[in-house]
Amino acid sequence: MIHKFKNLGQYLVVDVVSGAIHSLDEKAYDLLDCFDEDGAFDAAAAAERGFTGPEYAEAREELEALKAGGLLFSKDVYEDIAKRWDKQPVVKALCLHIAHDCNLRCKYCFAGGGEYMGKRELMSAEVGKKAIDFVIEQSGSRRNIEIDYFGGEPLMNFGVVKEITEYAKEQGRLHGKEFRFTITTNGVLLDDDKQAYINENMSNTVLSLDGRREVHDAVRKRADGSGSYDRVAPKFQRLAESRNQQNYYVRGTFTRDNLDFAQDVKHLIGLGFEQISVEPVVADEKEPYSIRREDLPRIFAEYDALAEHLVNLRKSGKFVNFFHFMIDLEQGPCAYKRLSGCGSGNEYLAVTPSGDLYPCHQFVGKPEFKMGTVFEGKLNPEIREMFRKSNVYTKDECRRCWNRFYCSGGCAANAFNMNGDINKPYDIACEMQKKRTECAIAMAAALAEE
Amino acid sequence: MKHIKTIAGANLLKTVGKGGCGECQTSCQSACKTSCTVANQKCEKKEK
Repeated sequence: MIHKFKNLGQYLVVDVVSGAIHSLDEKAYDLLDCFDEDGAFDAAAAAERGFTGPEYAEAREELEALKAGGLLFSKDVYEDIAKRWDKQPVVKALCLHIAHDCNLRCKYCFAGGGEYMGKRELMSAEVGKKAIDFVIEQSGSRRNIEIDYFGGEPLMNFGVVKEITEYAKEQGRLHGKEFRFTITTNGVLLDDDKQAYINENMSNTVLSLDGRREVHDAVRKRADGSGSYDRVAPKFQRLAESRNQQNYYVRGTFTRDNLDFAQDVKHLIGLGFEQISVEPVVADEKEPYSIRREDLPRIFAEYDALAEHLVNLRKSGKFVNFFHFMIDLEQGPCAYKRLSGCGSGNEYLAVTPSGDLYPCHQFVGKPEFKMGTVFEGKLNPEIREMFRKSNVYTKDECRRCWNRFYCSGGCAANAFNMNGDINKPYDIACEMQKKRTECAIAMAAALAEE
Repeated sequence: MKHIKTIAGANLLKTVGKGGCGECQTSCQSACKTSCTVANQKCEKKEK
């Protein structure tokens, strides 16, 4: 399978199975239409479209050479691997819901104001430490373990964050594990002491800021209805600087109300941020701010404009990293990782304040997905198996999709929330993901020209 | 080649023989939390 597309003034083709990517001239690009799925050339079709003469003959020879070299029209080899792959899963990452409570009332919050459709609750140090014991026990020979402090708002329970962190470091030393900590915060309670502790201990920090003040404040409101931009933006600027503009993300959400989200990214760049992620809202289509299919052309144009802007910035010597346009064409993740996706329900689990285990943070609050507790130390085998078996080849839409090794089958929670089945991807998210992959590849190609 | 420039080789296929150690970061721990983007993760296999 191949996928050809135009972006940033370039003609590009992806050889899906091998991962090869080529930049073509217009003749070679057009000529690709005359090859069938297996790479057989249809001379009659080429003649009919007027693709004749020495230039086209030369372009065809080059395409045929790539095919012979395993760089175009490569046959799928991964489906068999996916079927045969029976590696026993280990747990290597936990999302700790430090607080099912929040000091903001963001309109689009999938956690329903931090409570996850349950009660307001803070995690105790006891539950957190049990979670650390649980992940050490479940992680087998895996050395790297990730702990993400999430909420609600984890800074509302920061004393427990510190207690768990210190305990994990100590236990990691005893058991030969390397813990990496991350924290996601809205910034309201961020102060110098917390910043110092975060910088000392967290390998990554995710800072929630949507972009322009009016965009942010329309959604990310405090309990009294006022906006939170002025309170958090300067703190995030200080934090980002204190981390030398590395190992953090300022992370925004765009909705139907700001489809011109490239302006928000530019605003964040203007504030000095260099690590940026701005992502589409995930919301029920009944919500007025949810992304609809008819919004896609506008969103695609916005991604194009953003990609062009970022390339121009880099060409002028200014580096800004946009999370969804990051791609490593040389040493990205291996095929096994790309087949299995995010690892939710197996490698990655969420822990609620009371110690219940769920496949990921987005399944918390759905009782049918409760997998056990950190106290019992075992996981519901049926749920685990359902997630373990899910890969790009168990999803009809994915097995035919050129983007399957870039998104790895998409988000299981989105699929379940939108279609009631973790194996039925959310199509609007897929369309946006495909566009982002095209932009990422095009940016890499454009910068490779430099 | 005159008409084609290869930007990346068969780098995905090459990983079949040596991948799968599982030491890499879990996708959702990095920034997203609401989508799944795997291709932008780093490989952490030691010998790479």
